Amino acid sequence: MLKIIHMNVNGKDTELAVDEREALLDTLRNRLGLTSVKKGCEVGECGACTVLVDGKAIDSCIYLTMWADGKKVMTTEGLKGPGGELSPIQKAFIEEAAVQCGFCTPGLIMTAVEIVGTGKKYNREELKKLISGHLCRCTGYENILNAMERIVDETYKVCGK
Amino acid sequence: MFDIKSFYEATSVADAIRALKADEDAELISGGTDVLIRLREGKKADLSLVSIHNIAELKKIEKDACGNIIIGAGASFSDITNNEIIKEGANVLGEAADTVGGPQIRNVGTIGGNICNGATSADTASTLLSFDAAVVLEGPEGVREVAVREFYCGPGKTVRRHDEVCTSFKIKNEEWEGFEGHYIKYGKRNAMEIATLGCVVRVKLSADKKYIEDARLAFGVAGPTPLRCLKAEAAVKGMSVSDADIYEKLATTALTEVNPRSSWRASKEFRLQLISELSKRALREAILKSGADEDKVAPLPYKGEENDTESAGEVR
Repeated sequence: MLKIIHMNVNGKDTELAVDEREALLDTLRNRLGLTSVKKGCEVGECGACTVLVDGKAIDSCIYLTMWADGKKVMTTEGLKGPGGELSPIQKAFIEEAAVQCGFCTPGLIMTAVEIVGTGKKYNREELKKLISGHLCRCTGYENILNAMERIVDETYKVCGK
Repeated sequence: MFDIKSFYEATSVADAIRALKADEDAELISGGTDVLIRLREGKKADLSLVSIHNIAELKKIEKDACGNIIIGAGASFSDITNNEIIKEGANVLGEAADTVGGPQIRNVGTIGGNICNGATSADTASTLLSFDAAVVLEGPEGVREVAVREFYCGPGKTVRRHDEVCTSFKIKNEEWEGFEGHYIKYGKRNAMEIATLGCVVRVKLSADKKYIEDARLAFGVAGPTPLRCLKAEAAVKGMSVSDADIYEKLATTALTEVNPRSSWRASKEFRLQLISELSKRALREAILKSGADEDKVAPLPYKGEENDTESAGEVR
């Protein structure tokens, strides 16, 4: 039986009928068409399905949609500006060529949003640990870390804590 | 879609207890990072779930009037690591919680689930055991406290009854004040890994930082349940931090108290080696964190580059 829930998805209040057995991953992809949320391992290891729930990065493949009732959910689609322009985090990924096949990218970008949101400065070793919940099979992580470092430094310069 | 027969989101602890009592097949789900993976992998199917995911009263971390630290069972690993009370009084628990899975898992997985699923490898279990913490259980007959040391009764088995909800963990004031500790998780990778062995040492040094006034040593995966080494603790009590024998004393006594087995992760022999080695390294780190003068603390009893706890989990 379907249940009615309310989520704020990418800034928009949304009323949805969902199955209690659904993972947030499936709700976002199949009911809301937010296909930046990737289905990878489905057991919380690869991080491709990472979204923010109330500002925290979570694996949406092992998170029941029912738990997001009344919460704020953010996906990569929610980062674009009013004119469709890319966010500084996305630009950093492009400028550092931190993308190859792109499958892990949306998840990594959401983790970057969480990291940048703290306003703290992190060194490369700390960033390695902070992205350890993501698997990238193409890039060897170096360019991803370059992008992370760039955006963390840029943010820190503007609003550092 | 998960293979869930029924799902009930409890609004309070009392509501969850009522729902568990009403359905003897129902299982509790909190963070879900364990239960949902088991469902996905087909190790469990057709589950009736009672969810305590969104109960705010279970997420609190506080200190009571007597200085005891009370950790809500619904607190996530990252809640614990970032909490000021934990940083001040039980930093080693925050460090152990910070080794579980990866960042996204730590934002959701809870300490209550880590303890109640009964795994010997649970990173917070050996640490809570070293604090002689109590598990607070609430059921239809009321509230009871069980020491973590009496909570486990076998691999994956605990004394929690079907209709009881684990609400919090209590660390007594005398068990944390004045102590500093160090946790080492040995795994084949540095992240997204289950411990091959977990080792926690906590020490309380004398006021002049020259003697070990009190010590705690506990392990995960050194036996079917998390275990504490009381004899090894007693063996180093009162010893000088400059005494080179502290490491051997702790490690050799600990080896008489453990009972590891061979599994696909590691052989019994390798685990015994880890128990000996990690207890030494963790003891030295715990002494240094307690503020002892580095020049006065006995060096580890071997030479070369291996003197590096950071590389303990690296793939080679």
